[in-house]
Amino acid sequence: MPTPKPIQDVINAFSRLPGIGPKTAGRLAFFLLSAPDELAQDLANSIIALKTEVVTCPVCFNIMGRGQTSCDICQDEHRDRSLICVVEDAMDVLALERVGAYQGLYHVLQGVLSPIEGISPQDLRIEELLKRLQENEVREVIIATNPSMEGDATAMYLQQRLQPLGLRITRLARGLPVGSDLEYADPTTLVRALSGRQEMGVS
Amino acid sequence: MLAIGDERYNFNVPNRERTFRLQALILRHLDWGEADRLITLYSREEGKRRAIAKGVRRLRSRKSGHLEPFSQVNLLLARGRDLPIITQVETIKPFSTLREDLHLISYASYLVELVDRFTIEEESNPDVYGLLLNCFDRLSKGAEAAFEVRYFELQFLNSIGFRPELTECVVCRERIQPQAQYFSFELGGVVCPNCKPKLPTAYSISLEMLKYLRHLQRSTYAEARKARIPPLVQVEMESLLGRYFTHLLERQLNTPQFIRSIKNMSQLTTDPDQDNP
Ligand SMILES: [Zn+2]
Ligand SMILES: [Zn+2]
Repeated sequence: MPTPKPIQDVINAFSRLPGIGPKTAGRLAFFLLSAPDELAQDLANSIIALKTEVVTCPVCFNIMGRGQTSCDICQDEHRDRSLICVVEDAMDVLALERVGAYQGLYHVLQGVLSPIEGISPQDLRIEELLKRLQENEVREVIIATNPSMEGDATAMYLQQRLQPLGLRITRLARGLPVGSDLEYADPTTLVRALSGRQEMGVS
Repeated sequence: MLAIGDERYNFNVPNRERTFRLQALILRHLDWGEADRLITLYSREEGKRRAIAKGVRRLRSRKSGHLEPFSQVNLLLARGRDLPIITQVETIKPFSTLREDLHLISYASYLVELVDRFTIEEESNPDVYGLLLNCFDRLSKGAEAAFEVRYFELQFLNSIGFRPELTECVVCRERIQPQAQYFSFELGGVVCPNCKPKLPTAYSISLEMLKYLRHLQRSTYAEARKARIPPLVQVEMESLLGRYFTHLLERQLNTPQFIRSIKNMSQLTTDPDQDNP
């Protein structure tokens, strides 16, 4: 018997999500079929609300509620406007905000450079960042892309594009990950840990 | 399906070992599930393979730094239900310099894209492994990237069975005379001026470039390296080979566009008021 179309449609939709293969998609579809009606209803409603109620901030491209002129962070008057932290996606803003140690503004690139996937500079919000930096008084840009090949490529590209503007450019320190042993560290991380080392002052 | 009682069903002699080892170059990675990555690699033993690296996106992972693209590694893998799982990894050569410069990232990514697109999984080809390894090695030591990439392209075509015919006309089989020629992407080789009218799509090429193509195609690296390819010939060669790959794949490659945007950047940075078209 072929899978009935409504079930196959749900399986196909789930299979398009990251990290979900056809087997998991099938399990999820049949789970929803046997679960109480409210579960499927709530899921459907929240997904629709996600796409209609959440939009991107026109200033920093972080997420914001529909109807706002800019996101909560851009509107916050206590934030240091001379500091912009550049991140790959809105999830990174959430992660940094959870730590609570950063008081500047953000700029969300909405992706990361990837030559093989065909993601070029014009696919990211880089021109918007340059415009923002030219129109506002910013003293420092902190590049907080991930420590991966794509994140490094993006940081190098930004560094070269921002350099002529004459402001301070820094990148999140990437030493040894907390909790790791020197003996297990890979060569790249070790070299970075060495070159990024800090003075230990006598206090 | 095997049933109990089937004589092939033997509990004492498992026909597949649970774990296996590969020496491989990391081609690319893709975020997978919560904290995993799907790694595409090119191994010396079994050609292209995909495998799951568990938890590598967590900062505490000991494997993550070893599995960045272009690294040469020794892997221990466990057969999973679907894809194998990487259980141990040890770096042979990190080739980290390839990831520390935008141009090198682009060129190494281009080689990776060629290998990924032109190979199928679990088809062993030690020549391709050796070519990629040597090219990464030389690029990481500062060799001239344009030459390295052209040499790789021609040798790679030899290894995967798309060696272009460069000494005789692919239509009439006459030896090529020292004059301007044409190239047929469909027939995969040079077309003489006499046969050109029969093949309107044949693409005009210079005799000088043809000489360099032949030289790179049939020379060892040490011999090929002695050639001083004039800049204009290099441009013509890059364009011809790019078109040939696009023809063979029946689609565009992603990295050439990326390489162009990186090259354009130097012009942009000298004039920051210039708008990006
Ligand atoms: Zn904002
Ligand atoms: Zn002919």
